[in-house]
Amino acid sequence: MTLLDIVLFLPLIGFFILLLVPKTNPGMSRMVALGLGVLTFLMSLGLIGPWWYGQPKGFQFETKLLWISTPRINYHVGLDGLSLWLVILTTLLTPICVLISWNYIDKRVKEFFAFLILLEFGLIGVFLALDMFLFYVFWEVALVPMYFLIGIWGHERRIYAAVKFFLYTMAGSVLMLTGIIYIFNRAGTFDYVDLLAMIQRGRLSFSWEEELLLFLAFFIAFAVKVPLFPLHTWLPDAHVEAPTAGSVMLASVMLKMGTYGLIRFCLPMFPEAARACAGWISALAIIGIIYGALVAMVQPNMKKLVAYSSVSHLGFVVLGLFSFTQQGLDGAVYQMLNHGVSTGALFIMVGFLSERRHSLEIKAYGGVATPAPWLSTVFLITTLASVGLPMLNNFVGEFLVLQGAAIAHFSWAVFAAIGVILSAVYMLWLYQRVFFGKASEDLSHHMPDMVGREWVAMLPLLILMVWMGCFTQSFMPPISAQNARILDQTKAGVEVQVDNRTPKAMEVAHVR
Amino acid sequence: MFDSFIPSGVEYLRILPEIILTIAGVLIMFLAALQKDEENRGLFFGVTATALLAALVGALIAYQNPGPAFMMKAGDIATAPSMLIIDGFATFFRVLVIGVGLLTLLASSNYLRAERANSAEYYALLLFSIVGQSILASANELIMVFIGIEISSIASYILAGYLRDDKRNNESALKYFLLGSFATAFLLYGVAWIYGVTGTTNLTEIRHALLSPGSANSMVLIGTAAALMFVGFAFKVSAAPFQIWAPDVYQGAPAPVSAFMSAGPKAAAFAVFIRVYTTAFGPIANRWEPFVWGSAILTMVIGNFAALTQTNIKRMLAYSSIAHAGYVLVAITANSEIGIAAAMFYLAAYVFMNVGAFAVVTYFARQGERYVNVEDLAGLGQHQPMIAAMMTIFLLSLIGVPLTGGFFGKFYIFRAALDSNLVWLTVIGLLNSAVAAYYYLRIIVVMYFREAGDASANMAPVGPALRTAILASALGTIILGILPSWLLEFASKSATLAK
Repeated sequence: MTLLDIVLFLPLIGFFILLLVPKTNPGMSRMVALGLGVLTFLMSLGLIGPWWYGQPKGFQFETKLLWISTPRINYHVGLDGLSLWLVILTTLLTPICVLISWNYIDKRVKEFFAFLILLEFGLIGVFLALDMFLFYVFWEVALVPMYFLIGIWGHERRIYAAVKFFLYTMAGSVLMLTGIIYIFNRAGTFDYVDLLAMIQRGRLSFSWEEELLLFLAFFIAFAVKVPLFPLHTWLPDAHVEAPTAGSVMLASVMLKMGTYGLIRFCLPMFPEAARACAGWISALAIIGIIYGALVAMVQPNMKKLVAYSSVSHLGFVVLGLFSFTQQGLDGAVYQMLNHGVSTGALFIMVGFLSERRHSLEIKAYGGVATPAPWLSTVFLITTLASVGLPMLNNFVGEFLVLQGAAIAHFSWAVFAAIGVILSAVYMLWLYQRVFFGKASEDLSHHMPDMVGREWVAMLPLLILMVWMGCFTQSFMPPISAQNARILDQTKAGVEVQVDNRTPKAMEVAHVR
Repeated sequence: MFDSFIPSGVEYLRILPEIILTIAGVLIMFLAALQKDEENRGLFFGVTATALLAALVGALIAYQNPGPAFMMKAGDIATAPSMLIIDGFATFFRVLVIGVGLLTLLASSNYLRAERANSAEYYALLLFSIVGQSILASANELIMVFIGIEISSIASYILAGYLRDDKRNNESALKYFLLGSFATAFLLYGVAWIYGVTGTTNLTEIRHALLSPGSANSMVLIGTAAALMFVGFAFKVSAAPFQIWAPDVYQGAPAPVSAFMSAGPKAAAFAVFIRVYTTAFGPIANRWEPFVWGSAILTMVIGNFAALTQTNIKRMLAYSSIAHAGYVLVAITANSEIGIAAAMFYLAAYVFMNVGAFAVVTYFARQGERYVNVEDLAGLGQHQPMIAAMMTIFLLSLIGVPLTGGFFGKFYIFRAALDSNLVWLTVIGLLNSAVAAYYYLRIIVVMYFREAGDASANMAPVGPALRTAILASALGTIILGILPSWLLEFASKSATLAK
């Protein structure tokens, strides 16, 4: 029993505790959910331990227990530099989501928090699972609570959005299941570590067709989740209809399941197919970046705008991953975290606005800065973080991704950079329309400034935006080290392209 | 010489479950004749429950002494062809059908009282039907197969039309009877052909005859016989293109009977299907595999796509049960031991989730089955959170979401299929299960996401028996979803059929 197991199972225990809380006492459900969320977060901070003093190799806090004997499936979890921050991001956002739903959710309170905590369990599990089968289990388990969160507590078209969300993910993931079973039948194990070792040593090798099909089976499942253009259409629906906490978890953590899967499985396990498809995938990513930004620009609905901006931001992540450079990968992983913090914060702020005004339409606002100056300030910082202002977090990630893309293909970086410019356009325009101008009587009346609970929810994210933007080195070393290993694994049988550039990447990070 | 035909004591021991169930069935009919008034119907329930539990123990006792029973020719009992064979495979399905019987019994007691139809015949017919299925599970001989199918079916025909004043019941029973007899006739015709070609009806001997070099000359005849028998079996398991009857029959029959028919007879028919095709017809597997392959795809596609548009929940579950038959056919197409084990596991998981879902429908439909539309479930999540949660478990299992029995069932089946290089069948099957998610989700949507309708308000609490049935099914679904090893290990061990 390691700390990691405790962090993983605490939410599950919390789920059952919440089920036992009497329905008539919603206040108690909130307190229990918050208490558990904070406790899990504090415990998860302990996971940084091994990276505090050095650069441990391989997986930390590993637990490997037999779960099912035929076929052999292990409960195998572990943590590395890639999953470390994603787990902490998840545990951080869950209590924040509890806080922002404190008054907003007023019907079926107990069930809401139970599903939220169950979602946390599924998400943490996805990032920790080192057994392909276990990974698939968590992947699907995370789907169910989100389905209910959207379906029960969402807005008008929630049913359509919830079902669409479920079916898209399901259709993608059954292909992945086929791939997982196929690999098992070939290799005789589901264990990720063993499989990787077998591939490295050449004990397990796929023919070109096999590798391509397997790669695609996994890739499609992950691409739906990312979501990569043109598989993104479920995302705006799900985001717009979900309650604020649902949107936050969806954007900040759930989308990362897809990119995490790409970097954890697709790149190291099928390196040749991944490299062969890199051009096509990068093209889709760039289309996503520009298309997402353009569509975001014309949205009349704030949540939809942020949702399309996610499509654009996640395009950067995919572009970075498939550049196969140290900088690109570092930037992509960093961008995953950045997007989690800043887009999560954006959704929270939009939620605050709509709680006050009961509308998501941009034209219902205007001049909010006058009655609610603090709200406007916090929103501005979040906006600037999102558009990639230097010293704030997104700049680092986008910069590294562009650098990586430029090393791979200069033209990719040129196109992707257009997305950065466009993101400034749509975000700042949004800010202008909502916060500037003259506030109507009606709006001023209904727009109190931020209250204590909202500050508590937003402050950690604001601090992170600055911290991650200014002191990248607090976060980057575990990521870089792990990315270097993954790059190393993708080189099996492929010409060495990027080796000599690795030190430079570290330099760049240092200078900043 | 002659006296070796007389069965030994251990052979009777091997058919203990059938003996117990038959005696109990007959006993109930006698008791009914003695019973004067409508009172004290609990007696039949008690006798049936006791008999089923005793049969369950009997099946386990029989398994302690595995082997063949009732020789067809004089000779050593161990090697001579026998009528029945009691092995792990047979025991697995015996326990399964008896379990279905228990769950059905628990699910139907409230229903029968509400319909004022709580009479002895119901219990006797239920027991007889299970006797037939139990024989099917252990049959090693085509005549026994036929007898088993007839015992099981005739009882089910009557059960389907049990509420004789209800015209839906009548329609259901008549359709089931006419089409069922027609299909059984095909089966019997196939048996006759096989006997004509090989001179035997024993599965082991047929296998030997087909393995002999001379059989190649009569391949057309053998193939035709196998095809004719396939018609019969495909009807019983509701596999396409012989699935047409299932929606009408399941929709019209009383809800607990639909639960029973979609699980018990189906599992038993699959048992005998597997045994006949992998033992007797094993040597010509390359000839029947393409047909089962096609039937599997057709069954999955028809079942799932037809279910998409259904508004009646019983009819939807009927189509869903067709689709699930398709998944089992995938396992049979794999034609390997892990395929058989996967089919066994899947059927066990299927029994829990499907009977559970039908049990919830039984509760919800209420007297006269007034509420059987999907829309009627609106707001169940608020008014009956426990029942709705159980239903959600069943539906998630039917979709195949991890940590439920249905997921592992699908997983094992498609693993077996991939192991036999049936890549496209696997992909089509899994994509089908994504399609299926849509209509199962619709029920969840209605239960939780819609505002409460009139139908779900003011519902009487669930009776203790029905509650037990639903809870037991949910527990079974979850246990098979979290700790599936023990059952799969038993299934793998039993999948080696005597050849």
